[in-house]
Amino acid sequence: MKNSHQNKKTKVLLVDDEPNILLSLDFLMRKKGYGVFIARNGKEALQLIRAEQPDIIILDIMMPEVDGYEVCEFVKQSPELKHIKIIILSAKSKEEEIEKGYQAGADLYFTKPFSTRELIAHVSELAER
Amino acid sequence: MLNEWVVIGFSLGYAALLFAIAWWGEKRSRAGFSLVNNPYIYALSLAVYCTAWTYYGSVGRASVSGLQFLTIYIGPTLLAPLWWIILRKIIRICKARNITSLADFIAARYGNNNLTGILVAIFCVLGITPYIALQLKAIATSYTILVHKNLNSSPAYNYETVFYQDSAFYMVLAIIVFTILFGVRRLDVTERHEGMVIAIAFESLIKLLVFLLIGLFVCFGLFDSAGDLFAQAARNPEISRLFTFSHETDTDNWFWISLLSMAAFLFFPRQFQLAVVENTDERHIKKAMWLFPLYLMAINLFVLPIAFGGKLLLPSSIDADTYVLTLPLAFEQHEIALLAYIGGFSAATSMIVMSAVALSIMLSNNVTMPLILSLPFMKQRYAHKISSITLFTRRFNVGLILLLAYLYFKGVAAHFSLVSIGVISFAAIAQFAPAAIGGLFWKGANGKGALAGLLTGFALWFYTLVLPTIVTAGILPESIMLKGPFGLDFLHPYQLFGLSHLSPVSHGIFWSLSLNLVACIGTSLYTTPSSREENQAEFFVDIFKYENFYENSIAWKGTAYLSDLRQLLNKLLGETKTEVALTHFGLKYQTELNEGQADARLINYVEKLLSGAIGATSARIMIASVIKKEEEIKREEVFKMLRETKDIITSNRELQQKTEELARSTEQLRETNEKLNLLDHRKNEFITTVTHELRTPLTSIRAFSEILYDNPDLEEKDRLQFLQTIIKETNRMNRLINQVLDLEKYESGKQKLSLVPVNINLLLQESLDALDRLIAEKNIQVIKELQYNLPPAFADPDRLVQVFVNLLSNAIKFCPEEGGRISVYTQQQHKGIKITIEDNGKGIEEGSEELIFDKFFQVKDQNSKKPVGSGLGLAISKQIVEYHNGSIRTENIAGPGARFVILLPIIKE
Repeated sequence: MKNSHQNKKTKVLLVDDEPNILLSLDFLMRKKGYGVFIARNGKEALQLIRAEQPDIIILDIMMPEVDGYEVCEFVKQSPELKHIKIIILSAKSKEEEIEKGYQAGADLYFTKPFSTRELIAHVSELAER
Repeated sequence: MLNEWVVIGFSLGYAALLFAIAWWGEKRSRAGFSLVNNPYIYALSLAVYCTAWTYYGSVGRASVSGLQFLTIYIGPTLLAPLWWIILRKIIRICKARNITSLADFIAARYGNNNLTGILVAIFCVLGITPYIALQLKAIATSYTILVHKNLNSSPAYNYETVFYQDSAFYMVLAIIVFTILFGVRRLDVTERHEGMVIAIAFESLIKLLVFLLIGLFVCFGLFDSAGDLFAQAARNPEISRLFTFSHETDTDNWFWISLLSMAAFLFFPRQFQLAVVENTDERHIKKAMWLFPLYLMAINLFVLPIAFGGKLLLPSSIDADTYVLTLPLAFEQHEIALLAYIGGFSAATSMIVMSAVALSIMLSNNVTMPLILSLPFMKQRYAHKISSITLFTRRFNVGLILLLAYLYFKGVAAHFSLVSIGVISFAAIAQFAPAAIGGLFWKGANGKGALAGLLTGFALWFYTLVLPTIVTAGILPESIMLKGPFGLDFLHPYQLFGLSHLSPVSHGIFWSLSLNLVACIGTSLYTTPSSREENQAEFFVDIFKYENFYENSIAWKGTAYLSDLRQLLNKLLGETKTEVALTHFGLKYQTELNEGQADARLINYVEKLLSGAIGATSARIMIASVIKKEEEIKREEVFKMLRETKDIITSNRELQQKTEELARSTEQLRETNEKLNLLDHRKNEFITTVTHELRTPLTSIRAFSEILYDNPDLEEKDRLQFLQTIIKETNRMNRLINQVLDLEKYESGKQKLSLVPVNINLLLQESLDALDRLIAEKNIQVIKELQYNLPPAFADPDRLVQVFVNLLSNAIKFCPEEGGRISVYTQQQHKGIKITIEDNGKGIEEGSEELIFDKFFQVKDQNSKKPVGSGLGLAISKQIVEYHNGSIRTENIAGPGARFVILLPIIKE
């Protein structure tokens, strides 16, 4: 809450275990001028969330050890983190899977393959709030 | 000298001991610890067969006619092996029907015919009473000998004594008390008397032990040894004549008396009572089948030595029947004599008690009770207290039979030796054999036949065996025995129809038994049985089929009210037992007992219960009194019922088989269904995984394409990297598609292999070379131990390389970043080549050793991906190896890492 209306650089955390997807997202976020952090699995993500307090997380679901749902729930259930916006970006495209993502507290759910333009638009919108 | 009071005291003491044993047995039985449920007690109780006739009479017989005394033991011994067939069947029938006496048994088999029952009961009393008298005579004689030590003027017993001065009379009274106390005190549906049985078994043991003791005393006390005794006997011309077979020896007695005892054995009322009614477990028969003959052998072991001893040492004026007693007395061995007396007392009393119980039940069930119940004025007066009446008549009968025997003993027995009365008694009982045994095994035997046989048999028995004794007693003119009755020579009681070469005893047995049999069979063949009889015949002969279905048979047609039946039972069993019995019925047939009309099954069940208490005939009369409008059962209905019962049994069996089959196919279906479900689940998983695996590269491709499209001013370096990524991801997709198709080809069996002889070592090297760059990148150490001179395998080289590359790339992927190591071994094993590829990575999770070969194998957590790869590689590798008739598996290794072992057969061309 403290950071949301200040003009500080928006921090985006990218969480995925697929290097090529990370590569593309990294490029897109940097181009928008956001500060980018990268985690290759759920565990790393949790560490970075605590350390960096990102504004937005772009989160994959299928990852070894700690999956995306768990990361999402963790963030949304802790009072000091729940302001963080979460966009789930997953190959899971069944309705019940999407529903599960929203129930875990996600603000948006994108299925892979995704439209880069749409994603950027939504990320900027979230960053504005 | 033995004081009279010592003998009386000893007798009373022994009697008190018997009371105590019986009382104890009864108590244990009621507490639920049956002492009788034991094959040894069962076999011992059967030894009630050995009466005073055995105890005193065998010696007497041996001294007169040599080994012939053995005949009455040979019969039962020869029969014993058949007990499992005959006796077990009788027991089964009696238990199923609650039959408690021989008369009931025969009457029930022939349609509950009261006349047959009465005849059997009366013949039993006629046949057995003299036999009981014989026992009384034995006790009285032995007592007198012991007290008066009057060796020389036997029989020493004074038959003229008035009864109230006669000690034998008081003995009879004591026996009546014992019998009533332990034999007919209660009314019980099973008619079992455990206390009494245990006392009988005890007596059997005593008489055997004492007899053996006397035998030993004679052999070793009076002579130097058995050898000495026999040697002396052999020198005595009178004795040696007895044991030399010559043409004078009446061999016909051997045959006829053995046959007689065989036929009679099971049908003595006391024998039937102990062997059938008192039997607690039919498995006891198996042991008794050899224990009982063994007992007979033991008790006969010293008969000859005692007989010889008596003949050699005692004056000829002494009756050989008393040698058992007189031998010890003559040599002043009073203690042994007293024991000998007790042994004889045991033998006699056990027979008297058991016979009295069996006969009293028989008389009351078949004669007194039916009479009371069928006379209207008697019925009106007594029907409501039927139970006390039954008990009273039984007790009365005990007294009656024993007093009758006492009278017979006082009046008639003086004139005959133990032996002749015994044989006549045997011959009477043997007359039941054709009807009883025939009824067990021949369905054609009917009531008229049984009646004809019994009447013929008894008429001839009376004429050829009893009549002559009456003549001897001086009641009938002697001319009958000299010229035949009315001077008709062919009717001579000892030479009937001119049959003159048999001894009187054999002659009587021959005519009575054979004409009995002929009359029974002939009449059965020429008359039609009633439907009730046919029903019973079917039930008796096929008891092992029907025993559980008895209540289903149609014995009654008509209706009865439950309240009436309940009232009947209450009268006889008391309310508690009645309720227990009715509840039992309800449980057995799973029916609610509704007040109102009772069905045929319940009527049959109640009749069965009543039979146990008051006998089949009386039970039938009582049931008939509560049945409303009884109808005649038609022949066809009986057959229909029997067919139905059979059908039920057969269809039950078929149904059971069908049920089992059904259960089996259900199980198969369930398994198949489970398999299908699993396959379906796997297929869904496969599709999900394939689409997911395809989406991942697609995502990158789309993302980079859009980036390249939207950012024309990209730096050259980035542009090239992005394009490179697009190409790589496209290849990845293509590879995945190829693998899926490959797998499909293998799984559907469409893949073709081009088999050629290949050098496995070379193929491995080729695979390693292909992966050279990746190995170098990760700085992995490769260890090769390839066997020199490995024989060529007959295989498809391209496919094998595919397998090796897959396994090696997995190994490379899983190798740690630092210090990675891959080892490759080849080795010839007798019929194949073993190829091992291992790494020092994180290894295979325990429990997943088999699963990793499944397509798209994933760790349990559905939301996480495998570290790298499509997950199809191992599945395809497995298919390829199996296409080569080889096998692939993982092996545990010490330390971290995974090991894959491939076995390929060397196929000779």
